[in-house]
Amino acid sequence: MNFLSLFVLIPALMMMGLFLSNSRKQLLFFMTAGASLLMIFSTVLTYMYFTERAAGNAATMLFTADTVWYSAFNIHYSVGVDGISVAMLILTSIIVFTGVFASWKIDPLPKEFFLWFCLLSSGVYGFFISTDLFTMFMYYEIALIPMYLLIGIWGTGKKEYAAMKLTLMLMGGSALLLVGILGIYYASGATTMNILEIAKLHIPIEMQYYFFPLTFTGFGVLGAMFPFHTWSPDGHASAPTAVSMLHAGVLMKLGGYGCFRVAMYLMPQAAHELAWIFLILTGISVVYGAFSAIHQTDLKYINAYSSVSHCGLVLFAILMMNETSATGAILQMLSHGLTTALFFALIGMIYGRTHTRLITEMGGLMKVLPFLGVCFVIAGLGSLGLPSLSGFVAEMTIFVGSFQHTDLFHRVLTVLACSSIVITAVYILRMVGKFLLGKIQDPHHEHLTDATWFERISVVTLIFFMFALGSAPFWITNMIHESVLPVIGQLVK
Amino acid sequence: MQYTLLILVLPLLSFIVLGLVDSKWSPKVAGTIGTLVLGIITALSYLTAWEYFSMHQVAGVYEKVIPYNIEWLRFTEFLHINLGILLDPISVMMLVVITTVSFMVNIYSLGYMVNEKGFERYYAFLSLFTFSMLGLVVATNIFQMYIFWELVGVSSYLLIGFYYTKPSAVAAAKKAFIVTRFADLGFLIGILVLSFYSKTFDFGILTSGNPSVFASTVGVSFMGVSVMSWALGLIFIGGAGKSAMFPLQIWLPDAMEGPTPVSALIHAATMVVAGVYLVARLFPLYIVYAPDVLHGIAYVGAFTSLFAAVIAVVQTDIKRVLAFSTISQIGFMMVGLGVSGNGGHEGLGYMASMFHLFTHAMFKALLFLGAGSVIHAVHSNEMNHMGGLRKYMPITNWTFLIACLAIAGIPPFSGFFSKDEILSACYEFSPYMGVTMTIIAGLTAFYMFRLYFNIFWGKEHKHEHTPHESGFAMALPLVFLATVTVFAGFIPFGHFVTSDRANYNIELDTVVASISVLVAACSIALATILYRKESAVPKKLATTFSGLHSAASHRFYIDEVYLFITKKIIFNNISKPLAWFDRHVIDASMNGMAGTTQWFSLKIKSFQSGQVQQYAYVFLLGTLAIALMVIFI
Repeated sequence: MNFLSLFVLIPALMMMGLFLSNSRKQLLFFMTAGASLLMIFSTVLTYMYFTERAAGNAATMLFTADTVWYSAFNIHYSVGVDGISVAMLILTSIIVFTGVFASWKIDPLPKEFFLWFCLLSSGVYGFFISTDLFTMFMYYEIALIPMYLLIGIWGTGKKEYAAMKLTLMLMGGSALLLVGILGIYYASGATTMNILEIAKLHIPIEMQYYFFPLTFTGFGVLGAMFPFHTWSPDGHASAPTAVSMLHAGVLMKLGGYGCFRVAMYLMPQAAHELAWIFLILTGISVVYGAFSAIHQTDLKYINAYSSVSHCGLVLFAILMMNETSATGAILQMLSHGLTTALFFALIGMIYGRTHTRLITEMGGLMKVLPFLGVCFVIAGLGSLGLPSLSGFVAEMTIFVGSFQHTDLFHRVLTVLACSSIVITAVYILRMVGKFLLGKIQDPHHEHLTDATWFERISVVTLIFFMFALGSAPFWITNMIHESVLPVIGQLVK
Repeated sequence: MQYTLLILVLPLLSFIVLGLVDSKWSPKVAGTIGTLVLGIITALSYLTAWEYFSMHQVAGVYEKVIPYNIEWLRFTEFLHINLGILLDPISVMMLVVITTVSFMVNIYSLGYMVNEKGFERYYAFLSLFTFSMLGLVVATNIFQMYIFWELVGVSSYLLIGFYYTKPSAVAAAKKAFIVTRFADLGFLIGILVLSFYSKTFDFGILTSGNPSVFASTVGVSFMGVSVMSWALGLIFIGGAGKSAMFPLQIWLPDAMEGPTPVSALIHAATMVVAGVYLVARLFPLYIVYAPDVLHGIAYVGAFTSLFAAVIAVVQTDIKRVLAFSTISQIGFMMVGLGVSGNGGHEGLGYMASMFHLFTHAMFKALLFLGAGSVIHAVHSNEMNHMGGLRKYMPITNWTFLIACLAIAGIPPFSGFFSKDEILSACYEFSPYMGVTMTIIAGLTAFYMFRLYFNIFWGKEHKHEHTPHESGFAMALPLVFLATVTVFAGFIPFGHFVTSDRANYNIELDTVVASISVLVAACSIALATILYRKESAVPKKLATTFSGLHSAASHRFYIDEVYLFITKKIIFNNISKPLAWFDRHVIDASMNGMAGTTQWFSLKIKSFQSGQVQQYAYVFLLGTLAIALMVIFI
């Protein structure tokens, strides 16, 4: 059996195990935590194997396998990983692991929660390992559907509305995507849906003009591209902690990954011609998201708009189409995934104590919750791009890469995108200053208790990886850099 | 010189250890570790300086030594961030300055901060700051400098906001960070532009003087200004933010909310001169490729210097007076660089600027620590709550006086020499500049002695406890820094730091010197008359020039302008409408689509009523219609 199939198999087996087990919460928790730990080991193995072999030919896929599962449409179960997928697998396994630890207190129906959670993670893993367009799309849908239930049942606030909105908007995106994928398949005249095979063929330029925007927008909706981002604030605000973490941390990356792997890779000419439209849209996302975040008062809304801004930067960098900015885009996906998951984890933990997320109703929490407070400040500093944390490496790679364009348009846009670092600092410091520092506002907050051990595991793991990526980026940048080359090679051809 | 690595590694380790143990160790242990580490790296820095200046001179020119330079992050084939250590005269000088002041501040804090909560946190942050600042000055490339530039910004944020339960401290920290971040944006874009054309971040290549590095910039301009001017101008904005040049000076006076030793270290001696250091580091580029920007720097420096000096005259919070005096003195350094040429006597301004940076760090740190000692004794920052303290605090009194004389430019104290050389360079640049700077020097002497007399002379103020001299830990740094201040002027600075790294013998320009001493002496005399004993004259003057007085005490309303821009324009006119737009236009259109669908389905749902009669009715009607169509068409 192919090694990569483990990534789908373990969550699936886990679901079966959960299904058969009794409903004791601790047991369910440890089972899921164990499975997520197993996933981390699998990713570590993949990473080690990949870097072992990488010397010189990191560009080719690793662990490829190909099995027909629906021959009428040439749909294969074909898998394989390159540096980008490995990076995404690392991210996913970290977020799933920490997400489980953040869901210790999940209530009610813990069994069902973890079941859906495992299904969701298997969808995400499956997406990142697939190299077949249709299989990829299928996993994408698998990742999407459980979200509806997870938000609708375990969410807070206007959860039914948010769940419906999120699912419908993303479904709308995937409808565009399906048309795009079928278009690619037929227009290329391929006898397979394998991305690597289609990339060798040429899709007529007039066809590309139709299907590039469809595919890019389809994935872009998930990547919170302006003006299709509004599901993000509502959805994230209502989702339970672990789901917000997984959604903002990993699911939004499906968008960026798909744009890069499918839209740009398979339709390079149209990408060249139409990039400017999407560059403007994503440029707007970057600045607009940041400005909107300044005015929010709900912690989750602030972070959701911040995600719009940071994910906008991912798509922005992808569209810049050179190897440095593309590397930066992948790094930004990692960095944003870690940072935003940390934010949502901490917000969930703080909400669990104060029962409010409005920064106007809190204050001085640093004094009573020093551990969570300090971690929140670290997350904030990571988000505003402090060197030694992951955000800096990613953003600088994007900016330097994007600025290497010789024409003025790209460089002016880069400068505008750079300005987001100031706006980010404004809303982060405003948020930190309002609810963590200063005097305690609500007397009920005087006696809150600081993080418990499982919460600490979750938070410390995320912070550790933020530092690992930000202080010693070379362990992952080389791998990513070599893997973006084939795609960039297509684009500059 | 492999051991220089320790200078960076030790404070970092100290930060990590102190940060992780938090409050599990007793404050004494934490303080001792922090101070001990600083002691070691101070010794190492002196060793570095001694070894560098005695052994690394080739044919009369100091060479650049790079003991470490490792690749950290690769962007493209040419552009990669390295982390390393670059030793040349200015970086070695900065090592000495930073470690000395930092060491003194660490010792001082053992006495000053001992009863504060979060003592370990304080020492952890101090170590972080020292690490970042040292990393900044030894940077081998401009991106490394940017990295540490950001880190010093954050350490400054953390230390200003040390008393995090105090709203004013939190606000000040936020303001400092955001204003400097805004300036850093300029720095970053400047780096991007510069590296785009030169294809390198490395200082060695950038400042090598090899014209081929910038060959691609020849004739390239944007909006009528050459790209090199753009790049270097933008980089200067970064420097102006950190060094509190007009109009980005607003954060520094507020930063005085931090603990006083922090103000001495970060907001007087080291971090705020980072901008000067940045310009000095890229000086070979400014002088060759953008002399217009360099002159601009001189004018900005001169204006800031004058502006801050005028404000300092009317402030009543002693730390704010010192803060404005810092801004004014940094203006002097900027002017020194701005009027300088390159090499030999031409480069006098450069040398003088660096010399002033050195002496200023010592005497300004001394002034702040002295002020801290006073504040510690009377528990107030306000001048009006002080007076007559010389009897109670003799050490503080004498050391403060020495520092005041130094900053006023009275020989033989160190400030006289460095300031005098800047003035000479100014007169050579243009007489107007020279005269302006001499007037500012006079103002400096006046407001410093106003401060001095108000604290230590004048009418005694009633205190709850009798003020007393500070303990040994606080007195020692005062005495040490005072000693340095007295003798530092005799250092033959031209033998160490010059624009072309070659020796230069400084000659005292007696005309300029005597004019400046005369002006300073007159100003001091005036201050003595007005403030030594209580008199009604200052009040009268204030009412006579009430417009100017109130404008100056409100810092010429620059803060209000900023508040207007940030609150009214950005927050209320950009951010708020955008948030509204997002909810009520973009999101509403999405909801509108859903609503339309629902409306439509409501309209047609009556077709699916489930009533068989209705279905049969419609079915019959339909059949009939089709039958008719078939028959007649």
